[in-house]
Amino acid sequence: MTNLEKYKKAFLESLEVSEDQLEGLEYQKIESWDSVGHMNLVAALEEAFDIMMDTDDIIDLSSYEKGKEIMRKYDIEL
Amino acid sequence: MISSCDLLKNKVCLVTGASRGIGYAVAKRFAACGAAVYANGRREESLKELLSLNGNCSGSVIPLYFDVTDSAAAKKAMMQIKKEQGKLDVLVNNAGIMKDALIGMISKEDMHQVFEVNVFAVMDMLQLAVKLMSRQNSGSIINLASIVGTNGNRGQMVYSASKGAVISLTKTAAKELASRHIRVNAVAPGVIDTDMFRSIGEEKMKEKINLIGMNRAGTPEEVADTCIYLASDLSVYVTGQVIGVDGCEVI
Repeated sequence: MTNLEKYKKAFLESLEVSEDQLEGLEYQKIESWDSVGHMNLVAALEEAFDIMMDTDDIIDLSSYEKGKEIMRKYDIEL
Repeated sequence: MISSCDLLKNKVCLVTGASRGIGYAVAKRFAACGAAVYANGRREESLKELLSLNGNCSGSVIPLYFDVTDSAAAKKAMMQIKKEQGKLDVLVNNAGIMKDALIGMISKEDMHQVFEVNVFAVMDMLQLAVKLMSRQNSGSIINLASIVGTNGNRGQMVYSASKGAVISLTKTAAKELASRHIRVNAVAPGVIDTDMFRSIGEEKMKEKINLIGMNRAGTPEEVADTCIYLASDLSVYVTGQVIGVDGCEVI
């Protein structure tokens, strides 16, 4: 599985969205991406890439696109 | 007093400030009860005595040298536990400092230092531990508070405020984490016979002991035994509690 596939999978499974919803997806714009969904998403990303995200990055993770930028900080190329 | 048992068999525990005093006793007792204990100390060599237990107890002791106020180092330590064990069952937030001074003589620096170690580091460690515990949907976090956190004490405005904060953060965390089956409790020791207590001098020690219903100081092991209860599945329905271990102390 490529990194991008892993990244997408984390969103699909933790937020229960379909792939066509991913582009432009933002925090709190859909019901499932609330604070609980956010923590599930963080856990899924950490699990998928074997990382532990900094609190600042968890707070900054405001969209599907922003998440890609944050992943780069952890040397994860998508 | 529990000398050995298997209450913590297969449990992975992290104990901060384990080089001496209560932290040392907790780490030692946990290992005797079958746990894999990650013992934290700041300086290398500080855990030498604890490490000598390996091979002589049913559990094991693994050293983790880092300063709890260093967030990056704490995160690295947590990653190490995740890599080596794949889980964390118990976190004991024990590392703490005491800076006593009467009102009017308390420096800002001391206030910051005490809160950095006793409060901010506790919240930091708690947040990191919850990341691992959430995945397994279980866990026990034990925060070392103090009787002065609820009752206050002359000359201990900063320390008592920091321990009061530990109590309130414990109750909040318990409420927030209950749905994930992560329990958060505090242990509030009274006068305990540690190096820190002995440093106040014999006369003051006597004065303090006179205020204790049981007429003696507690031992670090007695505090550790309460921690065993909270770490084990015996307390599976106990969360958000502050358990005093003080021999009926009136201050």
